[in-house]
Amino acid sequence: MSERNWPAEWQEWAEASRATFPNAQSSLMPFLHRVRSQRGWLPPEALDAAADLLGMTRQHVNSVVSFYTLFRSEPTGRRTIHVCLGLSCMMAGADTLMENLEHHLGIAEGQTTRDGAVTLLEAECLAACDLAPAAQVNLVYRGPVAPEAFRELLEMPVPEPEGWVPPSAPEAPEVTNHG
Amino acid sequence: MGSPRPDRHYLLRQRDVSGIHQLAVYREHGGYQALQQALEANQPDQLVELTKASGLRGRGGAGFPTGMKWSFLPKDGRARVLVVNADEGEPGTFKDRELMEGNPHQLIEGMIITCFAIGAPESYVYIRGEFLHGYERLTAAIREAEEAGILGERVMGTDFSHRMFVYRGAGAYICGEETALLESLEGKRGNPRSKPPFPAVAGLYGRPTVVNNVETIMNLPPLVLEGADWYRQWGTEKSPGLKVMSVSGHVNRPGNYEVPLDWTLAELIEAAGGVRTGHQVKAVIPGGSSMPCMPASQLDTPIDYESLVQAGSMLGSGGCIVMDETTCMVRAVARVVRFYRNESCGKCTPCREGTFWLTDILDRLERGDGEMSDLDTLLDVSDNINGKAFCALGDAAVGFLVSALKHFREEFVEHITGQRCPLGARQYDTVNH
Ligand SMILES: Cc1cc2nc3c(=O)[nH]c(=O)nc-3n(C[C@H](O)[C@H](O)[C@H](O)COP(=O)(O)O)c2cc1C
Ligand code: SF4
Ligand code: FES
Repeated sequence: MSERNWPAEWQEWAEASRATFPNAQSSLMPFLHRVRSQRGWLPPEALDAAADLLGMTRQHVNSVVSFYTLFRSEPTGRRTIHVCLGLSCMMAGADTLMENLEHHLGIAEGQTTRDGAVTLLEAECLAACDLAPAAQVNLVYRGPVAPEAFRELLEMPVPEPEGWVPPSAPEAPEVTNHG
Repeated sequence: MGSPRPDRHYLLRQRDVSGIHQLAVYREHGGYQALQQALEANQPDQLVELTKASGLRGRGGAGFPTGMKWSFLPKDGRARVLVVNADEGEPGTFKDRELMEGNPHQLIEGMIITCFAIGAPESYVYIRGEFLHGYERLTAAIREAEEAGILGERVMGTDFSHRMFVYRGAGAYICGEETALLESLEGKRGNPRSKPPFPAVAGLYGRPTVVNNVETIMNLPPLVLEGADWYRQWGTEKSPGLKVMSVSGHVNRPGNYEVPLDWTLAELIEAAGGVRTGHQVKAVIPGGSSMPCMPASQLDTPIDYESLVQAGSMLGSGGCIVMDETTCMVRAVARVVRFYRNESCGKCTPCREGTFWLTDILDRLERGDGEMSDLDTLLDVSDNINGKAFCALGDAAVGFLVSALKHFREEFVEHITGQRCPLGARQYDTVNH
């Protein structure tokens, strides 16, 4: 059915997703999750592959990807750090934790380090307020992370996307100063 | 004083039995006996009646009576679907995560019992995308159950067959709203659907669908084994039973607490080790950030659905956030409203535009750049969202704000007249606000 030579594992995953979720377009998100955990993000060719292998328009794939924060279609680090800035975490010092990470990495929330290795993101309540301030590194929970112990998030061992490729021409990150 | 604390956990069973996420351990401790009993009795309608008689109410937020919800399914012979809402994203709530990670078989058992009761050959768990560990625990437990003949063709050797699927969300709070959840489960953007038709009539792929919360469904196994009267020994007439309350914020022992629904907020906070040593409670949000806050003077309020409504708030999902006197209410409100701005799906104007407007004003107030007229504007915009948005996220966005303006107006005024936070809450230089 496919017109192009997609990586074998993508073809396999698309088939597996369709077998598990035969109804409507339900196979799309399970497929995207597998590519996301393999690559660390969703490169444009993965979205082309989803449309092609699952039999839907690329526009539909775009509309879904753009709705969900875990589906990132811009280059993302091998290590993605989500710092929760929700109310309970804020009360436990999450803003200082975020600030420490920003200063240490030389990037602002939402950005990726120059070498492409670490992406720093703000998370909404991670449903781990008992661990405030809570964070996730590649979706593995960590908490409480005292603001001065921010290095834990850079050093803790986590499963990494095995198919991650470093960006070829890293853009100089821009540090913004707000407020 | 509320009912005595139960002698053991009925939902958070991992607290009493280590390793209960494994099938062998779960079975050793009575697991799947309720399912066997329900299948052997072979009276699906009586399971619905039992659930009605127990008075069990939905634990996802709205508190709708569970047995009644099931009986709204049209009796037209179509196969039903159960969808379990495991999207837990309501700030302050973290019970479903711990329940699924620690005791996944009880969820599976509760789901099969429910599906037998309502006549559903298929069920789905819609699990929040961030719950990677929970997803792995749950899928491993389902595999164990399949291999043991508890799921699949001829469940436990009976004529009932059942298939269970787990579907991961991908980071969108709105997908906790049941119709947005169904859209997402169908592989689309998570925009809420208009109701009617309600999911009971046309839900997942147009089929008659029941959507229930994780905790709601996990009540089924003990309920089948122990009966409705047992369940009613706790709580009140209209709000019977036990509830897992997530307590966070300024308490000594944040965590989940499985407590009778007739306990007071003060008793609950006491169970969580009390307010931070050396401090006093300033305000409490009893049911997740969508709910209005209550000042310390109301801590004697019992946590049952009716009492909290009477006190001006709601039990919601049971995410109890405790704030002590060091908390700047303007900052707390700004953070919460900003959450709803970020999570608004954008489908309707009052919520999409209103939450932006509110966030802008609150940021200004927090910085000390506000004006007195801003307070009226906050209430005016809130009034234009409340009850006028397409789904309940709109109302949720303004509950805390309006209540804080009522109970702590002075603090908002001081931010304006003093042109700074009277509590000296810090501004951050690189966090994007
Ligand atoms: C914005 C919004 C978010 C919601 N999030 C959740 C959620 O994360 N989990 C949940 O069980 N219910 C959530 N609900 C409530 C569901 O729409 C639904 O009422 C509930 O899942 C029904 O289950 P219950 O009757 O067992 O409580 C949310 C509702 C709204 C409006
Ligand atoms: S109230 Fe908000 S979340 Fe709900 S439909 Fe409208 S824009 Fe979307
Ligand atoms: S507020 Fe951070 S995990 Fe809930």
